[in-house]
Amino acid sequence: MSKERSKKLLPWISTPLILLVFFLAWDLFVRVYEVSELVLPPPLTVFESLAEVVADPVTWDHARVTAIETIGGFLIALVCGVAAGVVLGKVAWMERSLRPMIVASQVVPKVALIPLFVIWFGFGMTSKVIISAMLAFFPIMLNVQLGVRSVEAGQREVMRSLSASRWQTFTHLELKSTMPYVFAGMEVGIVFAIIGTIVGEYLGGSEGLGYLVVRTLNELDAPALFAVIILLSVLGLMLYFAVHGLKRFFIPWHESVYSQQDVNR
Amino acid sequence: MSAHSAETIEHASNALDAPAKLELSGVGKEFRTKRASTHALSDINLTIRDGEFVSLIGRSGCGKTTLLRTLAGLVSPTTGEILIEGRSLWNGSKVDSSVVSKLGVVFQEANLFPWYTVADNISLPLRLRGDGKQDRRARADELAELVGLKGFENSYPRELSGGMRQRVAIARALSIRPKLLLMDEPFGALDALTRERMNLELQRIALATKATVVFVTHDITEAVFLGDRVVHLTPRPGRIRQIRSIGFERPRSIDVQTEPEFGAIVRDLRHALDEEE
Ligand SMILES: Nc1ncnc2c1ncn2[C@@H]1O[C@H](COP(=O)(O)OP(=O)(O)OP(=O)(O)O)[C@@H](O)[C@H]1O
Ligand SMILES: [Mg+2]
Repeated sequence: MSKERSKKLLPWISTPLILLVFFLAWDLFVRVYEVSELVLPPPLTVFESLAEVVADPVTWDHARVTAIETIGGFLIALVCGVAAGVVLGKVAWMERSLRPMIVASQVVPKVALIPLFVIWFGFGMTSKVIISAMLAFFPIMLNVQLGVRSVEAGQREVMRSLSASRWQTFTHLELKSTMPYVFAGMEVGIVFAIIGTIVGEYLGGSEGLGYLVVRTLNELDAPALFAVIILLSVLGLMLYFAVHGLKRFFIPWHESVYSQQDVNR
Repeated sequence: MSAHSAETIEHASNALDAPAKLELSGVGKEFRTKRASTHALSDINLTIRDGEFVSLIGRSGCGKTTLLRTLAGLVSPTTGEILIEGRSLWNGSKVDSSVVSKLGVVFQEANLFPWYTVADNISLPLRLRGDGKQDRRARADELAELVGLKGFENSYPRELSGGMRQRVAIARALSIRPKLLLMDEPFGALDALTRERMNLELQRIALATKATVVFVTHDITEAVFLGDRVVHLTPRPGRIRQIRSIGFERPRSIDVQTEPEFGAIVRDLRHALDEEE
């Protein structure tokens, strides 16, 4: 096997190995210390419970609700975040007049506001969509704002020396040059959107995987609790990799994409 | 570097009777910031003939880039007038874009667009002008070969060395077949050997396309080797200290550098630059 190939295969071998070791250690720990099943069920019990949870169609309804809330909130945050970021990045007086508010909004722990949103927008999906949109909005906006400002002066001069129109400068330079920042914001934003949705579901409502976590907790069904947490993690991973995949598709020329390819190679 | 070119060298352009391509009269530039004002250029008078190659030398910070940028339509001069083929480049602080779009500009940095391939970078000016895809591709291939980048047409800038990137920038400037080429230390980042080859290549391209070139450099030998005339700027404010005509017929071979007269001119200019301190 060539060196290149083995480098590429390495994570595919190491990841299952690490997981296997992790589960073995978990199992051993539970047995040796005789941990109560209520605190930490052995991995096999969790897997059995996971199989049951997955087989139950109701689980999928909950998962769909969580996914819709997260994606909906994320898309709203994307549209608003890009728009706000472009405006703040381009219009200096606006950025200056709003800067104190923006700094303040970054410092405020936004998770603390979630109960308010539940009060205002009810226990249904609306409040969760709004919460996840709010959490995902800021990283996207801040990144886009940075991106709009980071267009290289030298590249601008090239466009000017070619007598490019405003529209041409936008499509050939500003848009392309800002894309990496949009995706950097999106990668953080999607994670924040999931956090927002789940915490929102913890606090109120009767739908979603977050609600399922609370219910299994109240029922003291630790194996099912673990199973739902695993499902949530899988959902989070899928959404993250979807965004990451979009990034690799749209900006293959960017450092953050090709340097990774080089490492994988 | 390939020797291929569709164009042929017809004659050396030392003819004194050629019409004026570029006329600067009383050009001055003052940068004003809140803190201070810098008098970057003062009373520059210079007439450059069609097909002429003019080298611009001077110490760092003496205003070479500023002068070139006023010619490229990027910064407006505070005083004076610039005529390109008899047309005024600046109307107050507004630039005549129909004049600018016929210029080829090569900056100190390559300033390529990392999201475009070499071919797309080279043909960007054509794309902005509205040329069709096939024409663009054909011209890009032709120019890639001209600057010695055949086989790299579909590479991205990140896959190229610094010198290769600078050559892409030169090809990009040449894509619209400019009759006036403005170059700001384009070979500053190259090693001596590549630089020598690029000098020969630039000389050949300039003669073949009958382009007028204004070429900024730190390197006195390079300035003398390439230029019909060498313009020496002194700093604060940037003024023309002297203009030397270089008698050697273009195209010149590298061997011209070993001739005593060549050496004498280089020595003279070096002394003049040294005296400034
Ligand atoms: N945008 C600007 N604002 C204020 N001052 C400037 C600006 N651009 C240039 N200057 C000043 O004008 C003077 C000439 O600068 P310029 O870049 O033309 O020098 P240069 O001869 O090209 O130097 P180098 O050989 O180092 O590239 C310098 O003193 C510089 O500080
Ligand atoms: Mg300079």
